[in-house]
Amino acid sequence: MKRRDILGRVAAAGVLATPAAALLGGCALGGGGDDGDGGDANRAEKTADNPLGVKTDAPLEVVIFNGGFGEEYAKAHQAMYNEKHPQAKITHSATPEISKTLQPRFVDGTPPDVVNNSGAGQIDFNGLVSQDALADLGEVLDAPSLDVPGKTVRDTLLPGAVEVGSYDGRFLVMNYTYTVYGIWHSTKLFADRGWTDAKTWDDHIALCRQIKAAGIAPWTYAGKHPRYMSWPVISTAIKFGGPTVATAIDNLEPNAWKSDGMKAAADAWHQIVKDGYILDGSPGLDHVQSQTAWCQGQAAFISCGSWLESEQKKVTPEGFNMAVAPTPSLGAGDKLPYEAIRGTAGEPFMVPAKGKNVAGGLEYLRVMLSMKGAQDFTRKVSSLTVVAGSTEGVELPPGLTSVVKALDASGGNGFNWVYPAYYRKLERNLVDAACGEFFSGRIGPAEFLDLCQKGADEIAADSSITKYKRA
Amino acid sequence: MRHGKYPLIVTFLVPPLLLYGIFVLSPYLQAFQISTTNWLGYSAEADFVGLENFATLLRDGYVWNAIKNNAILLLVLPLVTIGLGLFFATMLNMGGRRGRAGVVGVTGTAAYRLIYFFPQVLSVVIIAIIWREVYHPNNGLLNASLGALGINGPSWLGDPRFAFWCVLAVLIWSNVGFYVVLFGAAMQAIPRDIYEAVMLDGASRFVTLFKVTIPLLWDTVQVAWIYLAIAALDGFILVQLMTNGGPNFSSDVIGLRMYDTAFGSETKFGYASAIGVVMFFLTLSVAVLALRAARRDRIEYS
Repeated sequence: MKRRDILGRVAAAGVLATPAAALLGGCALGGGGDDGDGGDANRAEKTADNPLGVKTDAPLEVVIFNGGFGEEYAKAHQAMYNEKHPQAKITHSATPEISKTLQPRFVDGTPPDVVNNSGAGQIDFNGLVSQDALADLGEVLDAPSLDVPGKTVRDTLLPGAVEVGSYDGRFLVMNYTYTVYGIWHSTKLFADRGWTDAKTWDDHIALCRQIKAAGIAPWTYAGKHPRYMSWPVISTAIKFGGPTVATAIDNLEPNAWKSDGMKAAADAWHQIVKDGYILDGSPGLDHVQSQTAWCQGQAAFISCGSWLESEQKKVTPEGFNMAVAPTPSLGAGDKLPYEAIRGTAGEPFMVPAKGKNVAGGLEYLRVMLSMKGAQDFTRKVSSLTVVAGSTEGVELPPGLTSVVKALDASGGNGFNWVYPAYYRKLERNLVDAACGEFFSGRIGPAEFLDLCQKGADEIAADSSITKYKRA
Repeated sequence: MRHGKYPLIVTFLVPPLLLYGIFVLSPYLQAFQISTTNWLGYSAEADFVGLENFATLLRDGYVWNAIKNNAILLLVLPLVTIGLGLFFATMLNMGGRRGRAGVVGVTGTAAYRLIYFFPQVLSVVIIAIIWREVYHPNNGLLNASLGALGINGPSWLGDPRFAFWCVLAVLIWSNVGFYVVLFGAAMQAIPRDIYEAVMLDGASRFVTLFKVTIPLLWDTVQVAWIYLAIAALDGFILVQLMTNGGPNFSSDVIGLRMYDTAFGSETKFGYASAIGVVMFFLTLSVAVLALRAARRDRIEYS
């Protein structure tokens, strides 16, 4: 073979290798120096009727994540916006790939006015916030509610709705849905077998023994996304040790993952692994596969958020009657009562700081947070919103009814943690991997907490990641 | 004719070169540039940080873990794929017992060839989804078959001891068919009289394969080697869809690390570009080494 042939082949090999690495270059750095014509160019004077100073004829662009909720609800909200500002021309688009669609526009300095940043192709919020790409939504909170007389928008929201979108005290992300995280079972299965849901850990283990004896696996979980199991573990720890367990984790405090609460919780949850109360093969299932196994009655319990019911709609048998319950109490020494449940706002909406019509974007959020907007959403997609009391008069499916009931019982004892919003990598990669090892029985509780702590320490030591604190 | 040559060349060469430069070369060069910044991807601001990203990379255990997996792929994938490809191609083209000089395939060659080639027709995404169901720990084909034999199969993709090898097996499965056809075509091009001559000299099939067929196929094998080596440094789509690098990073590959760093768990485009640049040099080195190592004198048939 001649030398020239070799060079030719090497060049060919280089071309073959090109696509992968050029992938990143493709979304190359933009022009730069665009300090933005966005913001206040499109503002009118603030009046009592128009508290956000919306220029009524300014066009508004809305980009919706096209996922489980679809896009119809957003079209309805846009019609409501047009009721108030009929001259505004609204551009609506929906995509399953938010990041790929919008990344070049953020770099270019021409983002849309409202973005529903959600789904697997979601843009990492730490990145957006640390680059000042988001407008402060505090104004919306202080504005009067659109259709609840005498109350500001803030007054109409459920507890924890503001906290989860706040970074160092600035409210930057409005999470519109209200999600409750707990342990799910089928009330039909339980009634048929004469089982009653347990309120303490000892009772729960006893119940698991009973379930296993009946030939059903007590638990299953999404082995491909084992972080789903970190939720009941941390919830148990917070109930045992109080909400400071969560703030320590969120603030990346040293040894936050090895607090007494976390230790007690990890020891307790190790029991279901040790005693073989998990459906065989669960570590190899993804979330849909494990939820389907649960719906088929192969397992009695599963940990999930309140989106479970709509996600499983197609495969849930008639009369299955799913219901959510809080994590069991460890004992009498628990700081929070059994009824306390993790509730948090989800489905993030944001107003980019460099959008052309920031005031319009804020007003759009106010429309969404009106009683009418929220009720319409709940009716269309069967999910709760952060607007308190918006489920009244709306008929809910069984799972969601149980969610509302659990939320009422939990009352002021509800709790939440926000580290996944601050540091996506910590939950998605590191805690996830640790949970996978723990719940498949390859490591014990002490090693599990070590692994989580190691992940948190890695994030804390990484100077390229912006850190946030909450009280 | 002669005086009209240059305008013609310019007209036909400049536009494609320009397009190639803008859409292929320039993103590439920009990737190099971005890899020296701390760009986070959602604003136009980026500071020059020199080689800091590469220094971080050297200390990044997750990247090393991914590179280790790619190294295993690099060793196993070409070897097994080419081995199987050669074996099947030989069977299909000269494994039969009848006819002159033993150079016909086994019965049903055409059907086998079709079956082997079948995975090539499927999109990689479909392959990943099909195999994810095959590996399903409870309802999957694999564990159901094992169960029929009384063996309790593991939860394949959920077990760090198996996940990586399961993906590797699919990677081989989806590649072999193409090389069977490629090698088969090359074998067809070998003049039949060579085989007749060695048969007359009394060579066994085994000797024929190793002393005649493979040396005559060497150019094709070499190309296959390079292609597979490049595929081994990628492996991204299958890994992402089947295991997403898990459990506990056991099936991670460097392409996935790059994707995850840019679009997945964090948005560090500068750092991800640095990983991309490393991938580029790894691929290039592997290609050059494979060519050097496989260099031989070309055999001309005429």
